[in-house]
This record gives sequence, structure tokens and C-alpha cells, in this order.
Amino acid sequence: MLLEKTNLVKSGDNETFVLNLGPQHPATHGVLRVKLTMDGEYITRAEPVPGYIHRMHEKMGENRTWAQFLPNTSRIDYLSAMHYTHAYVAAVERAAGIEVPLRAEYIRVITSELNRISSHLVWFGAFILDLGGFTPLLYAFDDREKILDLLESVTGARLTYCYYRFGGLCNDVDSDFITGTKEFIEYLKPRLEMYRQLVTNNIILKKRLEGIGPISAEMCRKYGATGPVIRGAGVACDVRRVEPYSVYPELDFEIPVYHEADCMARYLVRMDEMYQSLRILEQAIAKLPEGPIMGKVQKSVKVPAGDYYFAVEASRGRFAVRIVSDGKEIPYRLKLRAPSFSNLSLFEEASQGMMLPDALALMGSLDLVIPDIDR
Amino acid sequence: MSFLAFNLLEPWPEPFRLFLYLAGVMAFVGANAAYLVWVERKGAARFQRRPGPTEVGPAGLLQPIADAIKLMSKQVHVPPDSDRILFRLAPVMVMSPGLMCLATIPFSDTIGARNLDLGLVMVFAFGSINVMAIMLGGWASRNKYAIISSARIVSQNVAYEIPMLLVVITMLMITGTTNLHTIVEQQAGGFWHWNILKVWANPLMPVTFLIFFTCMLAETNRAPFDMAEAESELVAGAFTEYAGMGFGVFFMAEYANILVGCSLATVLFFGGWQSPIGVFSGVVWFLVKLYLLIFTVIWIRWTFPRTQFYRLLNLSWKILIPISLGTLMLTCVMLKIF
Repeated sequence: MLLEKTNLVKSGDNETFVLNLGPQHPATHGVLRVKLTMDGEYITRAEPVPGYIHRMHEKMGENRTWAQFLPNTSRIDYLSAMHYTHAYVAAVERAAGIEVPLRAEYIRVITSELNRISSHLVWFGAFILDLGGFTPLLYAFDDREKILDLLESVTGARLTYCYYRFGGLCNDVDSDFITGTKEFIEYLKPRLEMYRQLVTNNIILKKRLEGIGPISAEMCRKYGATGPVIRGAGVACDVRRVEPYSVYPELDFEIPVYHEADCMARYLVRMDEMYQSLRILEQAIAKLPEGPIMGKVQKSVKVPAGDYYFAVEASRGRFAVRIVSDGKEIPYRLKLRAPSFSNLSLFEEASQGMMLPDALALMGSLDLVIPDIDR
Repeated sequence: MSFLAFNLLEPWPEPFRLFLYLAGVMAFVGANAAYLVWVERKGAARFQRRPGPTEVGPAGLLQPIADAIKLMSKQVHVPPDSDRILFRLAPVMVMSPGLMCLATIPFSDTIGARNLDLGLVMVFAFGSINVMAIMLGGWASRNKYAIISSARIVSQNVAYEIPMLLVVITMLMITGTTNLHTIVEQQAGGFWHWNILKVWANPLMPVTFLIFFTCMLAETNRAPFDMAEAESELVAGAFTEYAGMGFGVFFMAEYANILVGCSLATVLFFGGWQSPIGVFSGVVWFLVKLYLLIFTVIWIRWTFPRTQFYRLLNLSWKILIPISLGTLMLTCVMLKIF
């Protein structure tokens, strides 16, 4: 009786059952559904079922003018809105041949890196929460609050910034923002050191992450996984370095790479990236030139017919925009290459044979943002 | 009637006395369950640099009452596929062992419901019912998360009963009695007489306490061993299908069990109501020690992440059981020599 009611299906000589992880589950951090075929607590097959919050961003792009799509870009991956706007804006700039003033490029880098830190802080808190530690979440959000305040003062928004424009920015930064950012850099450094001592060095956390959820570089290539996932697999692949854009070539920073390819490696990559982002911020603020923040742009942007592509390093990996223009005022085709989708794709292969809690640690280490998967 | 000799309510006729203690123990458990939730929420808030409950009453002190009213006014929804009788029975079963165990705990020389000679045995006998109740609750809900949780809680509790009982046997050899009242009386006269510092009987006595405390955390399903209710893995584990007061009773039972566990630790290791300086012994000392231990339990919960289930079992079978067997042997040798 019970076996029927709980979908315990007899298959061969082992009994498995289907467990619906989501669409509403605390560990998926959004409406992601994973159909798990379980053998006891072991996962024999994990099939992600995305699409619950598909919002047709690509189709929307084909139905509005180039500029009208801008607000959408900060709503795809709401945690790294700056990078997504950057990719779209830069793709259109490349297509239409728009020059961006140097000051605007530096401010783009500063705001992007602030956004990267805030995104990683959310991941840090949520990941430890997945592992059952509640307290770091609130510390991380406390730090992130300072970034949100800074970005709010220049962009007017706390999450969906939509700050970049074709040819520059919509708003110049003031001296308060610069001093605030400098103070934040000095504030966050001891905090990151504290997290290293209290969280990273915690014996339970180490045992939960070390050697758990291996994702090889080969698997990353197969599924197109990028960002901290591939850097945790020992490949120094960072769009900021391999396909340099904006003013990143003029800034000195390292790409954190770990070769262990386990959850701990991905965890450490992101923790180190926050340090590197702070370094980038320091240099970019020191080098920030005076000048205009908008280049010469005609009132309605005309994109010549053709096929254009631009990739940036978002918090979760490589985000790319491909635009196909037929010379009209609306795009012919707009393709968004979202990193979370590729990173989720490898979950089925990587989670095979794992136990449920370990698989959830693996899923947390992929840092999935569900609207980014479903677009 | 010698077992009543220490009783504060001695002049009362037996039925009245029992009734008063019944009401007293239930009120004690109820008040503690309600206000330990408040302490836990306030404590967690302090660890996380936020104020915690502030709205209902001064410093949020009426929050537990508001919560209780909310839970009681909710429908206790019984899932249609569930085993209705067991589903309803489980919350009752989970609450009763906590109450039963507290009947044997001597709060002070004169306060205690029953001075049983087999007090220690009774605590463990009834303590095991709690596990069965949570397992039945999970099983009866016919929810896959709940069933995984039930399977976990059974193996976890089987694994941790053993080192805990080995520690208790060590204690029995040192004290020579299962009467909790006598155990406390033996520890009179300053903190150096407490069992945790009885290093001449067993040099590893503090380690023994650590094993007992770890096992208690695992038995009461507290973090970092909260495998049954691992909210980021199993939603709410065995309690997933429970709504309203059904869930509330499980919640209260968790605190009742912490109360029993910490009381037992106080009695066995920290001299119960005995004062650490040898004079002015009384119920105050018992409560101070009890709440310090409970605070430690809360502190641990909000500090550490959860362990993995197989590591939890490995910890018990590969580390705690050998160590507790070792301390048992050591105690035998020490008692024989000295």
C-alpha cells in the first residue's frame, strides 16, 4: 500500500522512488524543480526541470527598440544586473560603432565590481545556509547593504540598476560615492578575513565541502560551464582576461584558480574573487579620470545590419549577448547566453550517485539564479 | 513512604501532592518551551547582530503567546493519504516522555515529583519513546521527505543511544546508584566534588561529559546534528505535513527534550542543586546550571553548519563508542585500584 502511495517503483533489483525537489524547496533558492530518482538517500538520476519563471526576455527584445530593452537586462540575473546591462550595452556599442568615454568605462568597472562583490556575498550567505549554518547569511547581507546603499546613491535603484546607456552612463558618480567606496574597501577586508577564520576554517564546513561534488574541467567544457565553476576545476578562464573588454587590460588583478575541482575549490574561488574585486576597485578609483560620461550618440540608435556578439564576466560566469540586426529600429534576434543555465546543465551528470545533502551542497556551489536559467 | 521523604509538599495528602506536581511539571515544561523559543530567537538575533522579536510586548516577551495563539487557531490538517490515527497520535507521544522524565528529576533537595530508585533508567526508557514518536509521525504523513527523515532519525538515535548509555554506565559505576537524588547528594560540598571533576575515579571525566553532551545534541536533534529537520535538505523532515498545533507540539517537545537532557547533565555531572562553593545549595543553582547548558545548546546551533548524515554516524560508531568504551574500561581499572 505504502509503496504505491509514495511512488516507490520497482525497477530491476533495486527500489527507487522519485523525489520532487522543488519548485518550492528551501535549497533551490527559487522556483527550480529537480526531479530526483532516489535509491534511499542516493541520487541515481537528477533531472532539472527549468522554465517555471520563463519571462521571454529574448522575445521581448525582438519587440521593442534597442534602448527599450535596457531595463530587461538588469532583471535576468537580478544579482549581477550591472554585468548583464554591460554586455548588452557593449554589444550595441560595438555594432553601432559608439565610442565610450574613458571615465564612463572606469565607472562601469567600479560599479560592476561592486556588483560582483554583492552577488558573491549573497551566494556566500545562501550557500552556508544550504549547509545548515544560518548566521553567516545575515552578516553577508549586512555587508551587501553597504554596497546597495552606494549603488543606490548613483543609480537610484538597489537591485535592478539599468545604469549603463549606449555610449556611457545615465548618471555621473559624485565624491560621496568615491569616498564611500574607499571606506567600503577598508571595511570589507577585515570582514573577509573574519569569514575566512570563522567560516572557511570551520571543521564541519571543510568536511562538508572538501572532495564533495567533483566537476572536472572536461565536464565543464562539455556543458559550457564557466565562471567560478570552471576556475574551481583548474582552468584560468575569465572573460575579463581571455576576451578583454572595457578597461580591464589596464588593471592588475589575478584570476583565482583551484585545481581540486570540488565544492571547496568553487567556494574558495568566489571568496578570493571578492579580494580581487577589491583590488580592482582600489586601482580603478585611483585611475578614475575626469571627463564626460556620455559619448556622441544619435537620438535613436541605428544598428547596421549584421551579427554581433559581446561577452562579459558576470558573477556566475560568461554572459554573452548576440544581436542580429536587419538595420531596423528593433533587433531582428536577440540571444542571451546565461551562465547559470550551462552551470545547471552539468548537475545531472555531476550529481549521479551522490547523497542528497551532498548534491545540495553541489547545487549551492554552482550559485544558481533561477531567473537567469529560465530567462 | 521513604521515597517521599525529601518532598516539599510532604504535608499534603498523596493524591493532591501528585496532582500539584503534575500541574507543576506541565507548567514548567510549557513555560520553558514557550520562553526557550523566545530565548532562542533573541539569542540567535544577538549572534546575527539584529534585534530579534521586539513588537509583541516589551522586548518581544509576549511573542511566544502570540505564536501559540496563532498555532492553536490554525487547522490541524491531516493529509488524506496519511495514516490518520498514527498521524494524530505522534504529537501526543512525542510530548509525553519529556513530561515523564521530568518527574524523576530532583530540582532541589525538597523539590521533585518522584524520588525513584530507578530514576536514571526511567529517563532513558522514556527518552526512547520520543524517537519512536517522531518516526511514526514522519511515517504516517506519507511524505517522501518525512520518510527519509524518519529513516535518518532512527539510525541516528540508535547510533547515539549506545555511547550515551556507555557514559551513563560509567557514571553508575562511579556513583553506585540509579537514584538521581542520591547521585546529587554524593556531589555535595563544592565544585571539586562534582562528578565532572572526579578525576580520581576516571581521569577522562571531562571527556565523558563531552561525549554525553554530544550525544544529547544528537538525541534531541539539535544543530549541528539536526538531520531529522534539516530544513535546507528535507524541508521540515518528519514535521513537513504537520500544521498548526500539530507542528507546535513537536516544537515544544524539542524544547522539553532539551530540558530533560540538560537537567540530566546537570544532575549527573554538575552536582544538581549543589552550590559550587559548598554553601547555600538550592534550586537556584540547579536552574543556573540548567540554563547555562541550554544556552550552550542554543549557542552551538547558531554557530555551526550541519554535518553530513554519514559523518554523523561515523562520529558515533568510530569515535564516540570506542572512546566511551575506553573510559568505561578505565573507570573499571581505576575503581579496582583505588
